[in-house]
Amino acid sequence: MSLKVSTLLSACAVTALTTAATAETITIATVNNGDMIRMQGYTDDFTAKTGHEVEWVTLEENVLRQRVTTDISTKGGAFDIMTIGMYETPIWGANGWLVPLDNLSEAYDAADILPAMAGGLSHDGTLYAAPFYGESSMIMYRTDLMEAAGMEMPDAPTWEFIREAAAAMTDRDNEINGICLRGKAGWGEGGAFITAMSNSFGARWFDEDWKPQFDTQPWKDTLEFYVGMMNESGPPGYATNGFNENLSLFQQGKCGMWIDATVAASFVTNPDDSTVADKVGFALAPDNGLGKRSNWLWAWALAIPAGTQKADAALQFIEWATSKDYIELVAAKEGWANVPPGARTSLYENPEYQKVPFAKTTLDSILSADPGSPTVDPVPYVGIQFAAIPEFAGIATEVSQEFSAVYAGQQSIDEALEKAQALTADAMEAAGY
Amino acid sequence: MARAVTTNRKIINTTAAWAIGLLIFFPILWTILTSFKTEAQAIADPPIFLGFDWTLENYGVVMERSNYMRFLTNSIIIAGGSTILGIIIAVPAAWSMAFVPSKRTKDILLWMLSTKMLPAVGVLYPIYLLFIKMGLLDTRFGLTIVLMLINLPIIVWMLYTYFKEIPGEILEAARMDGASLREEVLYVLTPMAIPGIASTLLLNVILAWNEAFWTLNLTASKAAPLTAFIASYSSPEGLFFAKLSAASTMAIAPILILGWFSQKQLVSGLTFGAVK
Repeated sequence: MSLKVSTLLSACAVTALTTAATAETITIATVNNGDMIRMQGYTDDFTAKTGHEVEWVTLEENVLRQRVTTDISTKGGAFDIMTIGMYETPIWGANGWLVPLDNLSEAYDAADILPAMAGGLSHDGTLYAAPFYGESSMIMYRTDLMEAAGMEMPDAPTWEFIREAAAAMTDRDNEINGICLRGKAGWGEGGAFITAMSNSFGARWFDEDWKPQFDTQPWKDTLEFYVGMMNESGPPGYATNGFNENLSLFQQGKCGMWIDATVAASFVTNPDDSTVADKVGFALAPDNGLGKRSNWLWAWALAIPAGTQKADAALQFIEWATSKDYIELVAAKEGWANVPPGARTSLYENPEYQKVPFAKTTLDSILSADPGSPTVDPVPYVGIQFAAIPEFAGIATEVSQEFSAVYAGQQSIDEALEKAQALTADAMEAAGY
Repeated sequence: MARAVTTNRKIINTTAAWAIGLLIFFPILWTILTSFKTEAQAIADPPIFLGFDWTLENYGVVMERSNYMRFLTNSIIIAGGSTILGIIIAVPAAWSMAFVPSKRTKDILLWMLSTKMLPAVGVLYPIYLLFIKMGLLDTRFGLTIVLMLINLPIIVWMLYTYFKEIPGEILEAARMDGASLREEVLYVLTPMAIPGIASTLLLNVILAWNEAFWTLNLTASKAAPLTAFIASYSSPEGLFFAKLSAASTMAIAPILILGWFSQKQLVSGLTFGAVK
């Protein structure tokens, strides 16, 4: 008996010593989004399981992008894990800046990651970042206003229906705008929306020879439709509205419809913040009958920079944060509506999660998005609301500024498209395409 | 002879001064008020000015989520350290330019100021690489040096302007009485320029405290000051304006209090020599 006890104590001591010897402090750069903040609150669970401590560096999205790009391109080693998106991952993976996630444990079940997410976070078939949460875009609409307008939202509406419904729901006297959409300049703001929308109109950024396509009819059709509909039924000053501005309008009952990130569903249905929480319905993003819908695909994912000295501890954290167990931990503490969505197939097979009102439309939206074939006509790039090439962010920011100037009434659609074509052609030529 | 000011004129001037003062202060006041609202009240349309249920919840959340004291300590060390270091270097530099100028003094002064004309991002990569090589990334020492170098031209210029107001004959008299160079600067020049040095010191503490490019780009978790603390509450996907306002209020409170108590020295230093 005493031998057993002493053996047990020795084993405990050895385990404790080993844990103490290998325990490390990892530094993680992340964004200030709801799911990320929630994850920070559960760090103790990770520390209890592995002995590793975590230091968080939380930054605004654009600041984070600049900060981690500087660090990773100089192999600075300031961070052991970076929160990055679908745009950066394949580019950085190709540059050799990220540690490949090809040795994930069997228990992690990497095959459970939604194929669209795994595809968008890989380069040449190798996964370089694990999705923490994923999103597409969809329609969120006021069921009471739709009913009052005498219309019924189909599961998969067309743009013509949306324009008609928006006009019917608009009530300027009561400050109700039929539709709220992003118009703010920035490749990740209004630029992302109009690019995804243009896909459903048959437009594309580049042809197969990397020639810019802003001088084609589908781009003109896209902008004419967007501007026409927003002038009829959109909120005043929509040229400066992004995600947060539209969220605020919708939560205050000032939008009939809002087409934006699926992650917004949990905000607009939260009675603590939203005045219309019990009157929200969901539908797929609209199409134009050309075979492509106007929804995008995005994931906030965790990746290990090649410059880190603590790759093993970092991998352990990634396995913990993006695991099925983490989802269950959050569900147990905060309910299924608050778990990080859009990353794992098993989540959508869970009967408890299926009861969440926006779960089905979110999954259908994610599944209908194909970053490998985003447009009606073939393109040489990957990505739906972006083209995964290093030059895109700079070019798209400038193009979206030209478009925002149209929304603000400062120039015509033709002028904006002409400028967009010229500046994109110049930038692509300078980049050697 | 002083011009007579009528009572009406006084009332108009005072009202105008208060109106301009309130206008300038309003964004800060609004931030402070928003920090006591709920997130729903923070985005209410029309905006609520005072008629809301005041809550300390945002401060509670911020204190729970972030290690405020660590950010505050870093800010005090970095802003204070860079300013003191800058003053130590700038006093002799400004003395030599003010009292023993050479042919090139004006050019040197202009050259120093020209370093402020380059956008900071233009030298981000070289400085980042230097910091990696020297092991200074995410250290308070590294950031103190960078902020000192950034603010040094302003410190030298301000001190040079103040020193130029002091008659050279006084220093000459001290020299004739047998004062060494060190004694001349320490015991004659410095006491006479105290208002100028104090306002330079205060202004540079404020500049270093609010600096948000280098402090965000050269730190991660250990040396991050209050600017990084504020940045961590800004979100493009979610409405957290009340919490962001609480974090901003906590970040600016120390410097606001410092400015409030030292406003007399600040104003007298900034207007030093303005009226002859």
